[in-house]
Amino acid sequence: MRRQIPLFITFFIGTIILVSEFIPHKPFGNISTTLGGWFLIISGFAIILGQLNLFKVNLTKISRKAPNWQYYIISLVCFLIMLVCGILWGTLRQPGLLYNSEGLVAFFGLKPFDYIFKYLFENLSATMFSLLAFFMASASYRAFRARNAESTLLLVAAVLVMLGRTTIGSTLTGWIPDSLTYLHLPNIANFIMEYLNTAGQRAIMICAGLGVIGSSLRIILGIERSYLGGR
Amino acid sequence: MSLFQKLIHIDRRIIFILIFFGTAVPLLLVLNLPVEVTKNVKNVYKMVEETPEGSPVIISFDYDPSTKPEIQPMAVAIIQQSLRNKLKLICIALWPMGVQLCNEAFEQVLPLFPEVKYGIDYVNLGYKAGGMVTINHMAKDLPSTFPTDAGGIPIDEFPIMKGINNFSKIGFVVGLSAGDPGLKQWVMVVHDAYGRPVAGGSTAVQVPYLLPYVNEQQQLTGLVGGLKGAAEYEKLINQPGFATKGMDAQSVAHLIIILLIVIGNVGFFITKRTK
Repeated sequence: MRRQIPLFITFFIGTIILVSEFIPHKPFGNISTTLGGWFLIISGFAIILGQLNLFKVNLTKISRKAPNWQYYIISLVCFLIMLVCGILWGTLRQPGLLYNSEGLVAFFGLKPFDYIFKYLFENLSATMFSLLAFFMASASYRAFRARNAESTLLLVAAVLVMLGRTTIGSTLTGWIPDSLTYLHLPNIANFIMEYLNTAGQRAIMICAGLGVIGSSLRIILGIERSYLGGR
Repeated sequence: MSLFQKLIHIDRRIIFILIFFGTAVPLLLVLNLPVEVTKNVKNVYKMVEETPEGSPVIISFDYDPSTKPEIQPMAVAIIQQSLRNKLKLICIALWPMGVQLCNEAFEQVLPLFPEVKYGIDYVNLGYKAGGMVTINHMAKDLPSTFPTDAGGIPIDEFPIMKGINNFSKIGFVVGLSAGDPGLKQWVMVVHDAYGRPVAGGSTAVQVPYLLPYVNEQQQLTGLVGGLKGAAEYEKLINQPGFATKGMDAQSVAHLIIILLIVIGNVGFFITKRTK
């Protein structure tokens, strides 16, 4: 029964959602809307579950003194600071338990949650993401070598797109007369992106779409059961 | 080690220093390299321009602070153009941190439009988990998907939300997206299932993945791609901002990478020939 009931629910719900896409009338349309509402509620709870899980995982690692356990303390402290700031003082449009806390807003210019978000979190996140530029530069230098025909093709395409997607690309070939406009670097980059890239992407997307249909049917029909925790 | 062998083994720290100065110097000394507007960006601009005054439109903030430098300038530019054209902006977020980024974008734009009022001209409905299901549910019953705004005020208290029950009265949807859920989901539901125009902005790395949707069926009316797209949009609305400045840095960084690739290949070929 522990397996049959979830399998039946999956089959029943999956079939209704599928049918409602083709027959969006009563009763399927209404049931599908209600199920959508349920999904949103469950998603909300999933966020709470995720936060509790984060707490549990970090606490376990600290208690077991896992490698670099000190970092997990920092992570938990940051989590708690944001949580407390959010609950007590709220955010820009959301009042907290201590309501609008004008004193703190007058001091920081923003509510504590918004202040930490804007002046710490945003900058740290952007910095982490920006580091990619350094690694990409180093990786491009090492990887883009014209070793054979395929790698040469990749190298040429990459250089053309890189140049064409910058303001330098337009400046370099801006003098080209209108009759030879197809040689203008941004136009070459657009050609590569819109035709060669798009053709490849579409093939990948169609294959992925077929894969999604296949795996969805396997789940609805109960062939694929790994989501139940078994094999 | 010969000079050419050295060329194919440049210390990565030298590359890092070059990239650092390549991005920092143009940010400090503005080069003002010309920005050329492309078709896809022009299409987004045209869509906003051609939407009748007073139409409610949706802007979705589906990104987080890591991609803010690329996407926020687009958000600011699109909001400016929309408010200039007196469109009613309904903002939502499919990513939790999109809510704050939406507030910040308005904080930047509102001083230019002192007459714009919250709840009348724009509203921030906040974040809702669920991705594509959320969009699907909005199409069927928008007020029950977002019963309150980001601050917990019931949406029926806002004049902007009067009569908005689904996408039928929505002029267009602009999805500002850094991944999943994002622009692809907006296209699949709002355009493909309900026939409303969808356009968007994304990070540069996402552009190849989204370009197939810019097609004859106009699944995406247009696409603002990366910092360059944002700079193009700033040029179109005649308000050069962060993206225009950032493009100089990005262009120089790209040039350095290309030069490094050339140097690496020259060293590689000569070393190969001498062997």
